[in-house]
Amino acid sequence: MNLSLNLVAMQTLVRKEVMRVMRIWVQTIVPPAITMTLYFIIFGNLIGRRIGTMDGFDYMQFIAPGLIMMSVITNSYGNVVSSFFGAKFGRHIEEMLVAPMSNATIIVGHVAGGVIRGLTVGLVVTVIALFFTKLEVRHPLVMVSMALLSSIVFSLAGFINASLARKFDDIAIVPTFVLTPLTYLGGVFYTISLLPEFWQKVSLVNPILYMVNAFRYGVLGISDIGIGHAYAIVSVFIALLFGSCLYLMNHGVGIRE
Amino acid sequence: MKALAINNLKKTYANGNVALKGINLAVEVGDFYALLGPNGAGKTTAIGIVTSLVNKTSGDVEIFGHSIDKEIEAAKACIGLVPQEINLNLWENVANTVLNQAGYYGLNRQLARERTEKYLKALRLWDRRDHQARSLSGGMKRRLMIARALVHEPRLLILDEPTAGVDIEIRRSMWDFLREINAAGTTIILTTHYLEEAESLCRHVAIIDEGEIIEDAKMSTVLRKLQREVFVLSLARRLDAAPGLDGFETTLRDECELEVAIGPSRSLNDLFAQLDKQDITVVSLRNKANRLEELFMRLVKSKQEDRQESGT
Repeated sequence: MNLSLNLVAMQTLVRKEVMRVMRIWVQTIVPPAITMTLYFIIFGNLIGRRIGTMDGFDYMQFIAPGLIMMSVITNSYGNVVSSFFGAKFGRHIEEMLVAPMSNATIIVGHVAGGVIRGLTVGLVVTVIALFFTKLEVRHPLVMVSMALLSSIVFSLAGFINASLARKFDDIAIVPTFVLTPLTYLGGVFYTISLLPEFWQKVSLVNPILYMVNAFRYGVLGISDIGIGHAYAIVSVFIALLFGSCLYLMNHGVGIRE
Repeated sequence: MKALAINNLKKTYANGNVALKGINLAVEVGDFYALLGPNGAGKTTAIGIVTSLVNKTSGDVEIFGHSIDKEIEAAKACIGLVPQEINLNLWENVANTVLNQAGYYGLNRQLARERTEKYLKALRLWDRRDHQARSLSGGMKRRLMIARALVHEPRLLILDEPTAGVDIEIRRSMWDFLREINAAGTTIILTTHYLEEAESLCRHVAIIDEGEIIEDAKMSTVLRKLQREVFVLSLARRLDAAPGLDGFETTLRDECELEVAIGPSRSLNDLFAQLDKQDITVVSLRNKANRLEELFMRLVKSKQEDRQESGT
């Protein structure tokens, strides 16, 4: 593999993805900011005052890390799925397929785009959260690394969805029927200690639970699960999903006839 | 070493459609090569396999000695593709479309900018560089795809119907441009429905039909196979009936236009000598049909008749 060629190609892809996010900022940055503001007002402020505290923190503080992580996850996923499927649909994916850059470069370039959008939106939501509550970051390294790794996981998942999708419906199914339920059941709004024991065990199958809790540990210093487990699970997911992306690209599944 | 060597290339799509039945092609370095065939003949599939957009079923493809199975990145680096369908990111601006492609081929930013300016100017798109691709006319989009394909200065340029929907003036200027880059050393493979275009530009022609190569030779050799040519003569005076000319078939199209079919044993000198004897003055003459077009139709028809006879 020609390393310098692939490095330039990756820089080009990342630049293109960033410019795309910035060009359509009204679609990419503003909607999650508005949605999360509504979450903070309704769940945090109005309903949260009646709930009181959770794990020793007022409800607004408790849900803030989960909401930040939720926006990171959905935007990382959404960016890659819309960008890569859009390229397939418009056939300008051929610009990349005819070029001598490796398939890994195409994957990493798109994932980088997803990560940049996910973290940018995460940062915007964090700033919004600071208008509603106080966040004293206890473990900044854990907070940043978990946000980064989680955005990589969901960018890779978005890439797989886009590769396999044949029509626009196919890229809406996963976020609607898989991503959103898993996120809502992933401990964003509650601690799993509130659940009956059976449902606590079921919750442990949900990878988003680990990401949200590790991120909450980074911000508030509390978690329902072991932080080591979270890193291990996220790392395994990254390896599995990247391998799947590479397989799909190498075999042209959903991409080449 | 050939610019492109295709050996026994086969492609069967998942729906069972056999697009290529084992074709062989060899394109010399520096050639201007026409790949012709009716719709659905397999041209775009063959090009798709060469450019890694379509997976082959079997067979070998080498580009400047690089096998697409063993050295895919080196093979891809040699090729520039102008596809049949518009495949531009319509929301991207013109300059970035070309700049990004340069980046995908590993050109550093400075060189990419220089090449982008060079080719956008050459294809008369420089003043549109900040416009989104969707705002361009059909002809401009085609020229943008050519600039994009050339930005890494490929050794082999493949153009799949590059002038479809392009007006005559732009088409002629594109021909001149393609002649220039071919003269500068770029090997060009062209598929087109405008056979006049192939005859005017290409030195070698292959004709593909139903996934098989039915002709592959120098353009001049292929054209020599024509046994008969039809000319239309404009006459200085009106005629009431077609004149009898020994060895020529004549038909009066209207009172001042005469159609003459000339066989291989006759020459235009014979024709003019006989017309002169009958005091018929010719003001101008033209081919009734494009020669390559006539030959193409004859070859395809003959192959189809062969297939019907053999029951395949």
